[in-house]
Amino acid sequence: MKIAVCIKRVPDTETRIKIGADGKSIVEDGVKFVLNPYDEYAIEEALQLKEKSGDGEVVAIAMGSAASQETIRGALAMGADRGILLQTDAVSVNPVTVAKVLAAELDGAGYDLILFGKYAVDDSSQAVGTIVSELLSLPSVSAIGHLELADGKGTAEREIEGGVEVVEFSLPAVVTADKGLNEPRYPALRGIMMAKKKPLEVKPVELGDGGMTVIQLALPPERPEGRIVGEGPDAVPALIEALRTEAKVL
Amino acid sequence: MPFQGLDFLDVDSLLSEEEKAIRDTVRRWVDDAVMPIIAEHYLDGNFPMGLVPQMAELGLFGANLPEEYGCAGLNNVAYGLIMQELERGDSGVRSFASVQGALVMYPIYAFGSEEQKRAWLPRLASGEAVGCFGLTEPDYGSDPGGMLTTARETDDGWVLNGTKMWITNGSTAHVAVVWAKTGDIGDQASIRGFIVPTDTKGFSAKDQKGKLSLRASDTSELVLQDVHLPADAVLPKSKGLKSPLMCLTQARYGIAWGAVGSAMACYEEAVSYAKSRVAFKRPIGATQLQQARLAEMVTEITKAQLLCVQLGRLKDAGTMRPEQVSLAKRNNVNIATEVARETRRLLGANGILAEYQAMRHLANLESVYTYEGTHDIHTLVIGQAVTGLSAF
Ligand SMILES: Cc1cc2nc3c(=O)[nH]c(=O)nc-3n(C[C@H](O)[C@H](O)[C@H](O)COP(=O)(O)OP(=O)(O)OC[C@H]3O[C@@H](n4cnc5c(N)ncnc54)[C@H](O)[C@@H]3O)c2cc1C
Repeated sequence: MKIAVCIKRVPDTETRIKIGADGKSIVEDGVKFVLNPYDEYAIEEALQLKEKSGDGEVVAIAMGSAASQETIRGALAMGADRGILLQTDAVSVNPVTVAKVLAAELDGAGYDLILFGKYAVDDSSQAVGTIVSELLSLPSVSAIGHLELADGKGTAEREIEGGVEVVEFSLPAVVTADKGLNEPRYPALRGIMMAKKKPLEVKPVELGDGGMTVIQLALPPERPEGRIVGEGPDAVPALIEALRTEAKVL
Repeated sequence: MPFQGLDFLDVDSLLSEEEKAIRDTVRRWVDDAVMPIIAEHYLDGNFPMGLVPQMAELGLFGANLPEEYGCAGLNNVAYGLIMQELERGDSGVRSFASVQGALVMYPIYAFGSEEQKRAWLPRLASGEAVGCFGLTEPDYGSDPGGMLTTARETDDGWVLNGTKMWITNGSTAHVAVVWAKTGDIGDQASIRGFIVPTDTKGFSAKDQKGKLSLRASDTSELVLQDVHLPADAVLPKSKGLKSPLMCLTQARYGIAWGAVGSAMACYEEAVSYAKSRVAFKRPIGATQLQQARLAEMVTEITKAQLLCVQLGRLKDAGTMRPEQVSLAKRNNVNIATEVARETRRLLGANGILAEYQAMRHLANLESVYTYEGTHDIHTLVIGQAVTGLSAF
């Protein structure tokens, strides 16, 4: 069982974002970067599949700047066997461009399963995994909450409006992981030390702009301060009134 | 909000990528597993035993001991950072790890036979067995050389008699490392360490009731009444008072780091509260008095952080001296206690609640101030080191 997990380095969701002087990018100084949280589920699933099958290989693949090596080391610390960094300082807003670079790496490398997080929390495009499957002509199931593999086939469950959809597909395939797929492990401290010794291949890649450019980034408007309309059951009518007329949510 | 830590002087630049990754992993685990439950355990007065398998899984026990015995084999800076993060959660959680690693696994590693190491270290590293360390007695705390516990050699082993007091993990432990005199009661050189399975006949432990500090920690009294042990229960390389003191040096090293963790927890709480609490129509953080408090905290914590990193590098180089550990334990626990107290005060009435951390840390640190050599005793250790004269 050879499994690829595509992962991305993203700003920590707790980080307070500052927009740069150009108005088009965020200031990276002082921003903490982490492994995209949904990718953690993808890595965990890959590791569990490998552990269940008793052998195989889990390869963590990231596209990004040299700093993404740290992100890959994180996956190696969790237990992935080796890493590949498709290195570029360019940033594309077009998911097709990114997907093409990843697909070129994945194509013909003999992976039985390719995992992604359902989206990256930085640009939330929710597209790269699915486009990769299209480029490779592989079946794909997005935002899965459960996965079983047996006899060259996979069964995945995904939450849909008001229910659960169960999808069967042939391998190789691409799946993207939703929250709840599993409980990602903490890297064991020994794993962190060992990650340094695992192979991490760096391959420079070229990235087109994909015909899309960022014109402007803006922070959401500051939320106005909350207001206490009263206390106890007597305050309910005033609250309903405020929600209806001021907040206009009812 | 996850814990952000404090790094005013870019002390992080003194750490390797792996050291930082280890710290961040433990930090995240403390946020996820310790913070949601710790106040309740503190109020209930018990240690969260459910954390033990998770701590073992991460590799926190005896993390600076070699991999061949099931340990993580980390360097001492990484080990110290672990202690810092654990104590950021609660001194009781750090105490558990300190006792297990520095006071139980270390003596077995340093003074034990190969069989003892193989028998106990992997079980202690995996959390399958919990250990405790029995040195202090009701009448001998700062002066453990006066201990009255005895070990008499018989034809087929040893018989231990005595009482140990204030023993962390005492009621929880599967195994106790007990220090006893094998010779004359006046003979400190006859002190040796023994591995005592706690289910041995004649061994009993009783929870120390009424603690107002380290409430999320098991502190117990041990009674050894004609405890018969096989000949191989003695730690063969233990010899004299120096042996338990060597264990204490290990544990104190971790405490020096741990104290910084609780200080950082309090500091973060203080800053956040100072910025959000409004009095006289402005945040209290905009007043000079509260800024002076915060400036003092950030200064002392930064100094303590630097002390720790340097001490850790010395320990990794094999040149660290016990009086240097005394200096760090004494200073860091003292400033952490001050930081906790000032935070408690800055928080006003909220500062007395378990919902906030400051008073829990403050109360805990009063124990940390006393155990592993009181502040006073470390003063005397440093005094002796600089004058060559003993003032004990
Ligand atoms: C929560 C907790 C957990 C503990 N866990 C353990 C454990 O796991 N294992 C273990 O063996 N022990 C443990 N201890 C015991 C601890 O190490 C002792 O309490 C400590 O060594 C102090 O001893 P004492 O309490 O007898 O104080 P004493 O030695 O009686 O000291 C009383 C006071 O006198 C001062 N003093 C003593 N000698 C001098 C001197 N020569 N000059 C000036 N002042 C002096 C001290 O600084 C102190 O202020 C624990 C204690 C606590 C509170």
